[in-house]
Amino acid sequence: MAENEAIAAAFADGPAFIPYLAVGDPDYEASKAYVEALARGGADIIELGLPFSEPIAEGSTIQNAIVRALEGGMTPDRFFEFVEELDVDVPLVCMTYYNLIYQYGRSRGGEPGPEAFVERAAEVGISGFVVPDLPAEEADPLRAACDEHGLDLVFIVAPTTEGDRLEEMMERVSGYVYVQARLGTTGAKTDVSDQTTRSLQRLAEWDVPKAVGFGISSGDQAARIVANGADGIIVGSALVDIVAAGVNSERPVDETAEKLAAKARELAAGTREGAARRNADIADADSA
Amino acid sequence: MSTDGKFGDYGGQYVPEALMPAIEELDDAYQRYVLDNEDGFMDEFRQRLADFGGRPTPLQRADRLSERYDLDVYLKREDLLHGGAHKLNNALGQVLLAKYMGKDRIIAETGAGQHGTATAMAAAHLDMPCTIYMGERDINRQRPNVFRMKLNGSDVKPVTAGRGTLKEAISETMRDWAATVESTHYVIGSVVGPHPFPAMVRDFQAVISEEAREQAHEKLGGLPDSVIACAGGGSNTMGAFANFVDDDSVDLYAVEAGGSSLAVDEEAGVAPNSASLSTGDEGVLHGARTKLLQDSVGQIMESHSISSGLDYAGVGPELAYLVDEDRVTPVAVDDDAALEGFHRLSQTEGIIPALETAHAFGYLEEHHAELSGSVIVNVSGRGDKDLQSAIEETEAREIPNAPDMSMFSEGI
Ligand SMILES: Cc1ncc(COP(=O)(O)O)c(C=O)c1O
Repeated sequence: MAENEAIAAAFADGPAFIPYLAVGDPDYEASKAYVEALARGGADIIELGLPFSEPIAEGSTIQNAIVRALEGGMTPDRFFEFVEELDVDVPLVCMTYYNLIYQYGRSRGGEPGPEAFVERAAEVGISGFVVPDLPAEEADPLRAACDEHGLDLVFIVAPTTEGDRLEEMMERVSGYVYVQARLGTTGAKTDVSDQTTRSLQRLAEWDVPKAVGFGISSGDQAARIVANGADGIIVGSALVDIVAAGVNSERPVDETAEKLAAKARELAAGTREGAARRNADIADADSA
Repeated sequence: MSTDGKFGDYGGQYVPEALMPAIEELDDAYQRYVLDNEDGFMDEFRQRLADFGGRPTPLQRADRLSERYDLDVYLKREDLLHGGAHKLNNALGQVLLAKYMGKDRIIAETGAGQHGTATAMAAAHLDMPCTIYMGERDINRQRPNVFRMKLNGSDVKPVTAGRGTLKEAISETMRDWAATVESTHYVIGSVVGPHPFPAMVRDFQAVISEEAREQAHEKLGGLPDSVIACAGGGSNTMGAFANFVDDDSVDLYAVEAGGSSLAVDEEAGVAPNSASLSTGDEGVLHGARTKLLQDSVGQIMESHSISSGLDYAGVGPELAYLVDEDRVTPVAVDDDAALEGFHRLSQTEGIIPALETAHAFGYLEEHHAELSGSVIVNVSGRGDKDLQSAIEETEAREIPNAPDMSMFSEGI
């Protein structure tokens, strides 16, 4: 199985902060400014959402972002163009739903199937994929295409994933596992779920980085989750909320970008703070 | 059919990881209780379908239609099932299964509201709390059904995303399920969604063709030459076909909603029809690989039909497979022909059909010359829920066989 070097490097020196935005929300140019702001704010990896019309894993915050992006004219080809033009120096992971990956070949006059999409993604500099409606059982064609192009395929481990299913998934995952912090859909929350702790314990025997997402909204939460053993934190809805507030209050794009960069700095700092606390705990335990 | 939930390349389980354990648990329960009748599940199901549902439903000869078309037209009267549509067969089966599985809450989506009402009735009957998701637009189109669900004690949640129809309601119900899988069963309303739903819903609905096959032997002295059923997701369709699929002499017609046109507006992302079997391409939606109405890059189109129960961009994976295998013939009937069918059955046979069902009669009118011998039409539901929209839609068009309704618009 291929391992993408850029993603491996992002986890090499400590836990990674991984923000998500829907690409094209609310329009192409603003969205580019927002993604670049996240990179400035200290993102180690960025998850770029390619909007699909039926996002069954998303809560209302990201659903609305996807609607704005689709209304703004986002398409798979525009998405690839966007990635090509982005001026950031962090690995990029494409998060989308399987039908868009599957249809891309057909839309360019070929056969349906994931190969054409993965080839184009690799060409523009995508390092990996998260596909929320593609469980490990159905993922072999996409896994094979990723291997061919040196891209990672990230799977989501739910609080309910265990036993054989977990094994199957861990056999096919690369880059990192996305540990879903709680049952349900995406959406910002404030507490730390003990489902997260149990998932991290179940995953301890595998040495793939574990990034926790779903409901993280503050640097403080990020610190606690990393201190609990996570190798990364993924934040989507709390950032999309800032974009949405900007749209609703008709704020200038550079002001929203600045707010995003500030939130990213808070979350990145929380991530590093969590790592420091964890190391201190380990040091305490060693000296006790 | 294979046991991995695939029909050829169609079907499968394309769902968020959080739902996979629930789907595996359901698959296990399906095999034990439905396929193996563990703890007498199927016996209890059949008994309740008889006592609560009123099964068996008749197979009735439609004398005037038979004369009109020079065919032997028989009606499988699912409109006489409790609730007024075939939907109870599935809803009762799944709510009972949820009880056997130890779940304590039911959720469901609904388009026309027929599946929602059937689920609400079954949940009340079996004493389970129930939440129904329904698109806002459909709530406005199908008020009487919303009242019925509420009267049966269900909570009806409006879905405002997208165009507010069945597709959005399914997505929203899946989201609820993703948060509540441990205690909740999702009663999906048709032969769609991830495995085991398409197979399981077909098996619950197969009672239609099981009875019809026996009744045909009694009344026709053998098999019918054709079976016709409307197809949205395709549950009444698969129910009416299931026990005839192996009889090569029986032609099977799935009648889809042709809407106002079979052409699509790629720019607007709108297909003014719901004819996914006739015009759709293979893709992945709501947990299954099937035929879909989608644009060239794979975004799902907004479908359209005069009947909200057919208004869906996907279709059951098994039907998609049977169409590719040339076992089922997909045909489309447009809004106007469906309305004509609605009025014709009402006038000639004294049966007011659901607008969904009316599409099957639209097909019969347009294509009876291509049929011969005996035909069973599945009357999937009655039209009481549609009276308001049928009258409005009739007024807005030139429907030659419609009664004069001007007394309503012009005052009495
Ligand atoms: C009376 C009736 N017939 C048909 C349908 C279409 O569903 P299916 O294609 O699953 O039978 C509906 C859906 O609500 C319905 O109410």
